[in-house]
Amino acid sequence: MGYAFESNWGINLDLLSPIKDHHSERRLFIARVILTSIIGFLLLSTVIARLVQLQIFDHEVFAAQSQGNRVRIEAVPPIRGLVFDREGRVLAENLPAYQLELIPEQVADIDDTLQRLATLGLIDADDIVGFKELSESGPRFKPVTLKLRLSEVEIANFAIQRPRFPGVDFKPRLVRHYPNGEAIAHAVGYVGALSKNDLARLDTSSYAGTAHTGKTGVENSFEPYLHGDVGYRHIVSNALGRQIPTDSRNMADSLPDDESSAPGQNVYLSLDLDLQLLATKALEGRRGAVVAIDPWSGEILTMVSAPSFDPNLFAVGMSTAQYAELQNDLGQPLFNRAIRGAYPPGSTIKPMLALAALDTGATNPMRRSICRGFFMLPNTTHRYRDWKPEGHGEVDLHDAITQSCDVYFYELSGDIGIDNMHDYLDKFGLGQATGIDVRGEHLGVNPSRDWKRTAFTERADQRWFHGETVNNSIGQGYMLTTPLQLAGAAAALATRGTRFQPHLVAAVEDPITGRRTLTAPTRLADVGINDQSYWEIVIGAMHDVMQNVRGTAYATGRNAEYEMAGKSGTAQVFSVAQEEEYDEEEIEERLRDHALFIAFAPVDNPRIAVAVVVENGSSGSRVAAPIARAIMDEYLGYGGDAP
Amino acid sequence: MSTSGTVAMRLSETQRLIASKPAPLGDLARAFRRLNIDAPLFVGILLISALGLVVLYSAVGENMRLLVNQILRLGVALVAMLITAQLSPDFLRRWTPWGFLGGLILLVLVLTTGEVSQGAQRWLNLGIRFQPSEIMKLAVPMMAAWYLHDRQIPPRAGQLLLLALMIVVPTALIARQPDLGTALLIAASGIIVIVLAGLPIRVMVALAVLAIPGALVLWNFMQDYQKQRVLTLLDPDADPLGAGYNIIQSKIAIGSGGLFGKGWTNGSQAQLEFLPERDTDFIFAVMGEELGLLGVLALIVLYVFVIGRGLYIAIQAPDTYSRLLAGSISLTFFVYVFVNTAMVTGIVPVVGVPLPLVSFGGTSMVTLLAGFGILMSIQSHRKLLPH
Repeated sequence: MGYAFESNWGINLDLLSPIKDHHSERRLFIARVILTSIIGFLLLSTVIARLVQLQIFDHEVFAAQSQGNRVRIEAVPPIRGLVFDREGRVLAENLPAYQLELIPEQVADIDDTLQRLATLGLIDADDIVGFKELSESGPRFKPVTLKLRLSEVEIANFAIQRPRFPGVDFKPRLVRHYPNGEAIAHAVGYVGALSKNDLARLDTSSYAGTAHTGKTGVENSFEPYLHGDVGYRHIVSNALGRQIPTDSRNMADSLPDDESSAPGQNVYLSLDLDLQLLATKALEGRRGAVVAIDPWSGEILTMVSAPSFDPNLFAVGMSTAQYAELQNDLGQPLFNRAIRGAYPPGSTIKPMLALAALDTGATNPMRRSICRGFFMLPNTTHRYRDWKPEGHGEVDLHDAITQSCDVYFYELSGDIGIDNMHDYLDKFGLGQATGIDVRGEHLGVNPSRDWKRTAFTERADQRWFHGETVNNSIGQGYMLTTPLQLAGAAAALATRGTRFQPHLVAAVEDPITGRRTLTAPTRLADVGINDQSYWEIVIGAMHDVMQNVRGTAYATGRNAEYEMAGKSGTAQVFSVAQEEEYDEEEIEERLRDHALFIAFAPVDNPRIAVAVVVENGSSGSRVAAPIARAIMDEYLGYGGDAP
Repeated sequence: MSTSGTVAMRLSETQRLIASKPAPLGDLARAFRRLNIDAPLFVGILLISALGLVVLYSAVGENMRLLVNQILRLGVALVAMLITAQLSPDFLRRWTPWGFLGGLILLVLVLTTGEVSQGAQRWLNLGIRFQPSEIMKLAVPMMAAWYLHDRQIPPRAGQLLLLALMIVVPTALIARQPDLGTALLIAASGIIVIVLAGLPIRVMVALAVLAIPGALVLWNFMQDYQKQRVLTLLDPDADPLGAGYNIIQSKIAIGSGGLFGKGWTNGSQAQLEFLPERDTDFIFAVMGEELGLLGVLALIVLYVFVIGRGLYIAIQAPDTYSRLLAGSISLTFFVYVFVNTAMVTGIVPVVGVPLPLVSFGGTSMVTLLAGFGILMSIQSHRKLLPH
């Protein structure tokens, strides 16, 4: 080769010598061992330096990261507050329910297990494939819920068989329960599974761990009180999220403190469960609403809308088919008629219009009219009919209210004027929000010239016609009120003008301290009638509606052991053509008039004001009045017989 | 009794001879010598293995069955060590070319008929299932040492080319499997022989400079997952749940261990399965987490002791073959330790190199202890040979 290497360690070698120089070879080798050892030492030093950096200097950073790795924060949902009626009877509670769960990793043969569960009737055979996929998709230790709520019979059946089903068990959880669901469904409302919309509205951090939220009624409007405060606990979990019992290993030492959840506030409603049940029964088979108010506080004593539904279905969760059935029901059970139903008030507004007429001087108690069964505006041929075709004969204001003479009010309407009508009805709270403490009330319509200008876009439609004033004088036409508004108006009549905001929640109770915060009644502007005697004229007439032999609701009001006042209303659902006779028998049920009634009692010391609306009930005095009477009887302690 | 007293006072010739010599060896030391076992090396290996088993027990989740499995493997490996310790260096040297040739044939067989598992073709089933690359771990340095044994060292350029071929061919075959980690270790074991044989330093520097373009060429030949490993080293946080996950979790484990560690079986990173491959390639991180800096330094000290003893044996070795082979075995062992610990601490890319004598797994441990057996043979046969 002719090419030679020279040792860098200063050892000159005779490269051409064929004889191995063992001595120099060994020295070269030792030199190389020293060289490589130095390199090795340097390399190892970098590793040790790295270890020192990681374990000493950056230790705290990595310790925090390792803590963050293993500790998972799990929300502890609060226990929802209870809802009681005025006497402390439970309207909404939390009951343990049992759900059936399967833990995939503990089940040897999932197919076989599901098959046998189906044979026991605990799951649907059609769902086996779905459950199998579900149990194979998630982590093996994560339970798959097979059935949300087991009946007691199912629990008993499964309990006997449990040894045959390793990895399948029932697990308790709290479920909202409404013991008298149908009777309080619309007032109390219901909770349902949190939806995306709910999460957008609510503070998500405080709902971590919570599956349900109030959807309607008090459950919805008092959600911030009922929900409570979420708690947290720290759990040790592995890389897959499996929870590790902290006592099994020495790993609970440095866990941060847990924060326990605070239960939600209990809510006491002013509702009387007995009245709710009574009103529900009275409206059975009908569509309508009953609202009763304590006139001196605005506390709602009963609020029922019929038909109703079982709110427990929402709390437990229902199938799409069940929900569709509720949605498509022609009776609209989910619709809260008490605050959302807008009905023409019919003759129920006559006492208020009488007060308006007296107060504006449009009439006086002495003024008399001859009622021939119809009324015509000057220079027109249109007949405004009285409900009584043959007419009431000669009537004064008292008679016009007691017998509900339409013609008397037709004649007055021009003198009062639509804007005065509007103003006085407005003072009674009609056609406006009552401010009730649940969401979703309908505003109703209290028409006026101004209203018509804004309600219609076409110039021709914006003009107010005299005929419309005539119609409005008997609560027909544009006028729409909710049963709650009518109850509020009845309460204002009862108190002779003092008004309170209607509300359902009477008190909120801290479940730990037991301290109750009472809802202070909110007094609204008085109706304001110049002469107090006008009240007694009108109320006297309302009394006679029920307790004078000529009154429209005498059949309902007679034999009472207390003095009551009321006014019937029968609102047309469709117009009767001019020369046609109104034949109740021939009209389809859905086209029949709505039956309305407002009442309060006792007359001199009013404790309850009621409004009843029965859709297509035909007659306020025959159908709605008895329900109002029954509610008052029950509340005033004369009850016993259901209507 | 006076007669007996005089007997006691007077020593026989034999007795006097014995008394003049150093104290006789103990039974254990005699047994070691008879079995050609080097006591310091043996004790060092046993201490590392014992510490390894302790850490492994925790790393496998206190699974006794797996621990017993590992102890059995250790037993097999110790038997292999005992066997190689009985083979004299001369015997080994004479058979070296044939072993090397046989290993090459097996490597070719692997690539043609080997079993494929997890995307790699590394195993050969000839009655027993094994990785022929393990044979080459010893055969390559033995072959290089054999070649240099009769020749003048340092080697000349032409000889260097031949040596390079002895290293490159098996390395390339193993890299094809692909098993980059083993290929690099085998190349290292051969290169170490050449370096110990006196490869001039300027040639080493020149090769190191040439290594830069060489690395670029290598980059083009690397599999995607191998490239990813290099990239991950440079920036593990780029893909924290993917390729960088191992390194990030490993650093968290080691760093959170601190000076004293979280305590044996109490490492949350390891026990809660955040640390991947915690019983194999990443077991050093388990140790760092549970036993802390003091624990891993203790292990490193033991490793340094074993490597030091190996180098001492190499220096004491009587001939070129033994010297180069002993030096290569010792320093290759160091490379194992360095690559694994550097990988786990995030200094070098993740290559599949287990922590010797500690990681779970059998094949490499047998090879490792067979190598130590050769070291012992070199040490014990030296005394019996005339110098």
